[in-house]
Amino acid sequence: MDLRVAQFDEMGGSNGAIRTPYLKLAQWLSGTPAELLASRREQAELLFRRIGITFAVYGAQEATERLIPFDILPRIIARSEWSALERGLKQRVTALNMFLKDIYGAGEILKAGKVPSELVYRNPGYCPEMAGRRAPHDVFVHIAGVDIVRTDDHGFYVLEDNARTPSGVSYMLENREVMMRLFPDLFAMHRVAPIEDYPDELLATLRSVAPPRATSEPTIALMTPGQYNSAYYEHSFLADKLGVELVEGRDLFVKDDVVYMRTTEGPRRVDVIYRRIDDDFLDPLTFRPDSALGVAGLIGAYHAGNVTLANAVGTGVADDKAMYTYMPDVIRFYLGEEPLLQNVPTWRCREREALSYVLDHLDELVVKEVNGSGGYGMLVGPHASRAQIEEFRDKLKAHPDNFIAQPTLALSTCPISVAQGIAPRHVDLRPFVLSGANGVRVVPGGLTRVAMTEKSLVVNSSQGGGTKDTWVIDDAILGAA
Amino acid sequence: MLSSTADNLYWLARYMERADFLARAIEASRRLAALPKTYGGADTEWESVLISAGAADAFEAAGKPANEANVIEFLTFSRDNPGSIRNCIEFARTNARAVRTALTVEMWEAINGAYLEMKAMEARRGAYSSDELGRFLEFVKQTSLTYDGGAYRTMLRNDAYWFSRVGLFIERADNTGRLLDVKYHVLLPEKEVVGGSLDYFQWSAILRAVSAHTAYHWVYRTSMKPWLVADLLILRPEMPRSLISCYESIVRNLDSLARAHGRQGAAQRQARGMYGKLETLTMESVFQGGLHEFVQGFIGENNRLGALITEQYLF
Repeated sequence: MDLRVAQFDEMGGSNGAIRTPYLKLAQWLSGTPAELLASRREQAELLFRRIGITFAVYGAQEATERLIPFDILPRIIARSEWSALERGLKQRVTALNMFLKDIYGAGEILKAGKVPSELVYRNPGYCPEMAGRRAPHDVFVHIAGVDIVRTDDHGFYVLEDNARTPSGVSYMLENREVMMRLFPDLFAMHRVAPIEDYPDELLATLRSVAPPRATSEPTIALMTPGQYNSAYYEHSFLADKLGVELVEGRDLFVKDDVVYMRTTEGPRRVDVIYRRIDDDFLDPLTFRPDSALGVAGLIGAYHAGNVTLANAVGTGVADDKAMYTYMPDVIRFYLGEEPLLQNVPTWRCREREALSYVLDHLDELVVKEVNGSGGYGMLVGPHASRAQIEEFRDKLKAHPDNFIAQPTLALSTCPISVAQGIAPRHVDLRPFVLSGANGVRVVPGGLTRVAMTEKSLVVNSSQGGGTKDTWVIDDAILGAA
Repeated sequence: MLSSTADNLYWLARYMERADFLARAIEASRRLAALPKTYGGADTEWESVLISAGAADAFEAAGKPANEANVIEFLTFSRDNPGSIRNCIEFARTNARAVRTALTVEMWEAINGAYLEMKAMEARRGAYSSDELGRFLEFVKQTSLTYDGGAYRTMLRNDAYWFSRVGLFIERADNTGRLLDVKYHVLLPEKEVVGGSLDYFQWSAILRAVSAHTAYHWVYRTSMKPWLVADLLILRPEMPRSLISCYESIVRNLDSLARAHGRQGAAQRQARGMYGKLETLTMESVFQGGLHEFVQGFIGENNRLGALITEQYLF
């Protein structure tokens, strides 16, 4: 499969003919003066700044809070495309949960030789404390953010499974709110599928996995590392929308394997914690003893079945880029189905043949560290200097297990509004998949991330990427265009 | 409610109120400093504003002469003074960020907007012109008006509201107390006759500082008299900044908390005790015992209430 074929644009397709989902938007754009777009861009920026939707950046002192650039042109997906994507996402996350239950339990997939044992057991995301234990209701990944890309009209590819604590859902929701304020007429024209029920769905998911002893009104809290975390805005936003307490480690304590939060009326028992803090920092008694973010005894309470942690501890093993390459086999093994969503073809550098191919083609490939995230620790071959390539060659030879390589995808582009008018930029898509004891669901849309710089493929917000609203629209509406 | 949330709301309200008070205190001092010597330009205005802001020790530690430029810098934009207006707004905003879930959109936008604007002012300010300072002080007062109005008009009447209000009124009572004390012991030179023209303009500046100049005339319909000014700021329930008015609000809000929690505690008892004392107090007894002594005693008891609240709710 050659993924470096002609450039595919979400609006203009491969040949410049407007694709059906964008017909109405294109029509509207052609009748809209550039000044109106410019003024809406300014309004959007003002709104984001005033509401304080910011992203904290580590290190830089004055720039510790930055706005994520927002583009006012929506990315549009037809319902028929979305349905296929949705089925694939549900299938994938269902398999992920079965996989996690299995590897912390009987390990059938390892015995069957479908996934190498050492890849699981030596994985830094693997959590030995979970071995032999089951997650409440057998759900491990309550919230997944699956990164999706496309390179042509024929479907979507999964780029990454974020199974730990994926961010970005607040931008999905706020982008929509801002867009509805700026372009009410466009919404009336398109009948966009609503996403505002995401917080309700999330709350229902969290309630469904409460420990059996909890009352019918389980107490749920969202746990944040605090104000200086890059996603703090999202944490407070979600706690607000869910109507649950936003807690830090110091607001919680554990007594007799029960978790309590300190309130003005005295201690209150907590049943479910949506934690946005990494495994390593959860409990200084079990993990990093120097962690001031966690709660001593939390894991004891978890093992005692008195509190549910979402996502469960140890999901990082499924989120790893080396594990990713086995996902199609994982789906086949547990579900006996063919994967509905394709993986991006990937070379596992741990395999000798793959490694030698990768070393010979470094200037065409993207090489990623299996545990890297946020766009750090990767080599983008076609854009790298000689020196960078040689540096990666040495790294690869020294620790081939740490790397995978993928072709430089011709990620699809989508038009954005720029000072000069409208220009194509590369995008990806992160839909959010919820799994609870009550099933798996996805709200129609997700976060579209945009590389704001021309030709750039880097869409991560920590690397200057931006976002745009994502619309799912019924095909019938489009047909009427 | 989480104790840490209550704590943040309580301090958030105190910082916003304090920033407002500082702006007003600086305005009063500017007004006094502009008076001719014969009318009361006493050269002590800038020391006095430091004392009323509770920043005299910190300023002294910084080791600079107490002239207008230094004091204003220290009280407005200084990063070294933990109690500067700039730092009050930043602390308020830090607290607000920590409890965004407990604030209404209006309140958050008021604080966040003010913080961003203040950062912009800080970045572009050069040597202070008098105009710029005036605009800045006006901005600070506007900010607290907007914030307070937002809280009053948009918050649910539940514990978040009550803790905010308690913080606001404890801070305000403290500020009024300090303002009174400064007038009596710093501004007025000992040999000056109480009721002289110097006295007149100083009391008048203080009343203006707390936007009570007109109120004074409505209440008393007579010329400026020190004991009436003290009466207005201590015992008049209709004056929103008076000690008794602050305590009426503190008692009411602490009682609401107690009802919601189904428990009274030491904080409620202390507040009610103080309110009871203010209700039976007369200005004669205040002046007999000495205004300074009264105010010092009050500030101490007010602080004690703050400590009791921390103990009872913010463990």
